Amino acid sequence: MTASLGSALLALAFLTIGFAAVAALLGRNGDERWLLASRRAVYGTCALLTVCVVLIESAFLRDDFSFHIVQQHSSIETPTFYKLAAMWSSQEGSLLLWAWVLSIASSLALYATRNRLREIVPYATAVMAGIGAFFTGLMLFAGGVNPFAKLSPAPIDGIGLNPLLQHPSMMVHPPMLYSGYVAFTIPFAFAIGALVTRRLDASWIRATRRFALIAWALLGFGLLLGARWSYTELGWGGYWAWDPVENAALMPWLIGTAFLHSIMVQEKRGMLKVWNACLVVATFSLALLGTFLVRSGVLQSIHAFGDSTVGPYILGLIAVVVLGSTALIVSRLDDLRSPKRIDSLASREAVFVVNNLLLVALCATIFWGTFFPLISELFTGSKSSLAAPWFDRYTTPLAVLLVLFTGIGPLLAWRRVSWATAKRVFLVPAIAAAATAVVLLAFTDAAQSLWAFALFVFAGFSLVGLAQEFWRGAAARRALGGGSMPAALVAVVSRNRRRYGGYIVHAGIAVLLIGIAASSSFQTKRDVVLRPGQSAVVDGRQVTYVRPTAHVDKLAFTAGAVLRVRQGKDEFTLRPTRRFYRPTGVPGGGISSYFAGESDSEIGLKAGPGSDFWSAASPNISGVQRHARAADLGFKRCVGGGPGVPPQCRAVGALMRAALANPSLRPTALAKIEQLQLATAKQIATGYVDEAAPVTFRIIVDPLVTWMWIGGLIALAGALIGLWPARRMRRAPAGDAELEALKEAKYREIRDAELDHAAGKLSDEDYALLNAELRKEAVEILDRGNGASGNGHRGAGETERPSELV
Amino acid sequence: MDPQRKRKIRLVVALGAAVLLAVALVYTSFSASSEAKEPSQLIGAAPGKSYDMTGKVVRGSVRRNGDALRFRVVDRDGGGESMPVTYSGTVPDPFRGGREIVLTGEVEQGVFVGEPDTLVTKCPSKFTTSNDS
Repeated sequence: MTASLGSALLALAFLTIGFAAVAALLGRNGDERWLLASRRAVYGTCALLTVCVVLIESAFLRDDFSFHIVQQHSSIETPTFYKLAAMWSSQEGSLLLWAWVLSIASSLALYATRNRLREIVPYATAVMAGIGAFFTGLMLFAGGVNPFAKLSPAPIDGIGLNPLLQHPSMMVHPPMLYSGYVAFTIPFAFAIGALVTRRLDASWIRATRRFALIAWALLGFGLLLGARWSYTELGWGGYWAWDPVENAALMPWLIGTAFLHSIMVQEKRGMLKVWNACLVVATFSLALLGTFLVRSGVLQSIHAFGDSTVGPYILGLIAVVVLGSTALIVSRLDDLRSPKRIDSLASREAVFVVNNLLLVALCATIFWGTFFPLISELFTGSKSSLAAPWFDRYTTPLAVLLVLFTGIGPLLAWRRVSWATAKRVFLVPAIAAAATAVVLLAFTDAAQSLWAFALFVFAGFSLVGLAQEFWRGAAARRALGGGSMPAALVAVVSRNRRRYGGYIVHAGIAVLLIGIAASSSFQTKRDVVLRPGQSAVVDGRQVTYVRPTAHVDKLAFTAGAVLRVRQGKDEFTLRPTRRFYRPTGVPGGGISSYFAGESDSEIGLKAGPGSDFWSAASPNISGVQRHARAADLGFKRCVGGGPGVPPQCRAVGALMRAALANPSLRPTALAKIEQLQLATAKQIATGYVDEAAPVTFRIIVDPLVTWMWIGGLIALAGALIGLWPARRMRRAPAGDAELEALKEAKYREIRDAELDHAAGKLSDEDYALLNAELRKEAVEILDRGNGASGNGHRGAGETERPSELV
Repeated sequence: MDPQRKRKIRLVVALGAAVLLAVALVYTSFSASSEAKEPSQLIGAAPGKSYDMTGKVVRGSVRRNGDALRFRVVDRDGGGESMPVTYSGTVPDPFRGGREIVLTGEVEQGVFVGEPDTLVTKCPSKFTTSNDS
């Protein structure tokens, strides 16, 4: 019943979003009624898809196995938390998630621009709605991916969610990645709208910057969670493998990073328009490519998602997006040309260009490596793949340079920086870098890995440079407004959220890269086989396998180990275990079935600021399996009741024979057997502890790896600060919203220059020049507003305002 | 220096760097890559050459022999002759019979000897429209 309702709602959503696209195009010349209709249709689609998601989730919660999706990805025993997450572990559910998140993002974008960008919005709506229609249509027509597909008759239990996916971060990781991919649709759609209508100033960027930043933050956080899951759940101790699917998520993030920087240049200077248009198209295409790769089976990946029916369609969409956008950009080249040039290499915009080139080079390298199997097949006829060392060789130097630029960029002011000023702001960070180098050389052997050493030194430069920025900003604020230093710091950050949020992101990335460099270059990894009581020495730490542990319940057989690690005076105990899951949804498999399903590691981890001690155990369970097989054979004999039946199972045999004759007794008999099997399994578990079987331990000592996670969280916090809406400085009059946005942007620019001057990043002469230019531009904008609407009487205080904004 | 000229020099430097990077990428990728083969293509393969073998672990073929793991691998579509494999070291959690793996190694006397730490088991997770497990 609900399944049919869901199918109907999905079809309705498809029609509604299709209508939105058509209506938006009909209203392209400013016909209010069509535009309103299209906007409402997008909101309506969002509501319809929300109901669809609720229906699916409630089917999961109710264990409604008449839903194909529920039967395949959940079971009665699946914990409630993971029932909710199971939707996106399926192909069809993940497509629904895509469409749903897109409808939310589109609605938000249209609501935010309801009074703005009148010319661009119709085309942007058409693009967003067209992509929405594509994904809803895919579920309806591609075959085999309708989330409301039914099973009749409904089975009593489902197959269950793979235990490897039952990890808290799996609840959040896929939606984060998806939301990141999807949110990049918004800047893309508005860029297309701007290109079509030739409204190529920064207005589309101002309207969608926030979406780009949200997309970037979500994608980044999704990547971080995926890395964390791999580190703690997969039992191999790594967090990144240059796997195609990982790369597919990293590439749009890298280009998105470049985009977020270069749009600032367009916003402030009106330059790099072609470049920005290309970047936004590339980001969105790469996001689609990521969606495609996990569903196509084109490339060999750890994430074996298998071939599916939707791959070719998504590939078609990518082709349309890339070819269409390229043609559009080429046809608008004349409008995109900017008369302005970068004034000086020593300016923030010049550094942004360099960082853009580095990020694009990084992405191009990863792209080549990821698709190399296809390239080599084209040229040599056989698929060859590239492994991690190849990727490391090229990405490491680029990452090291990027760290340096995370520090250089914030130190430079826009437009131009005089030599004397540059010397002043670079002095302390340069000393810090030198000090870092000396300390590392004197007290550590970091110099063994040249790249890691360079990265640490550059990170020292950047972090101190960023700290200096905060310090100088707060000092400037204090000079103007008084108060204590911490209060001034809070004030200056909260009044300049974009700037300082960005700096915090930079600091986070620098810290994250320190963690990656240290843990990948100076990691100790050993596999040791130990019996209880034996010890091994790993990286100066004595590791003793104290005793085995074992536990059995209805779902899994858990074999664990108690490890004692002595590290100087410090001593701690870890309990890595390995859990063997019975396949769910397949009743009556005997005791051996514990070892026929998935198994996963519960790692023993001692995390610390200096280093992580990571351990995983692979017990030798051949003895346990032998006992399990023998026990199963015994049960069979019990039931069969042949000669030589042990006396204790006569009762069971009798019960089973009675059940065969009388079906109503069957549940009781099965329950009894189950109970006996569990008791036997418990004996076998005790046997495992007594047997003292050898266990292969993987031990990893990972220096500074904790800082990778901390750095990621710092970067996320910075992004949130940058996203937080600024306090409204003044009531926006009911005039032209776009003009207001333009004014705000110019005020912000004046304020930025003022802050840079006060913080000593701009010399007096440079500031005087720049300020005069900016104020002239601001007055022009104000005049335009007064001339156009005539309602804008402003007192003198309005233009004076910037001086009190620092 | 006249700004036009300066711009041109910058452009040439940037393009030069890009071309260098591209040539390096192309050159090293062809020499650093290892060929991906399925077991049926590796039967009788020359010893001493490194391959990436992709295939499916035969159900019930996994045996632990002290430190080493022995199992057989067939083509991904399940057809063809199977290839015996030895591998030492720990295996990823998802490893088991019936699962797809990628393993780097060499063929020695008809047995594929995997390099430690190169066994990759595919994440069994998602998006399989056909369910064969």
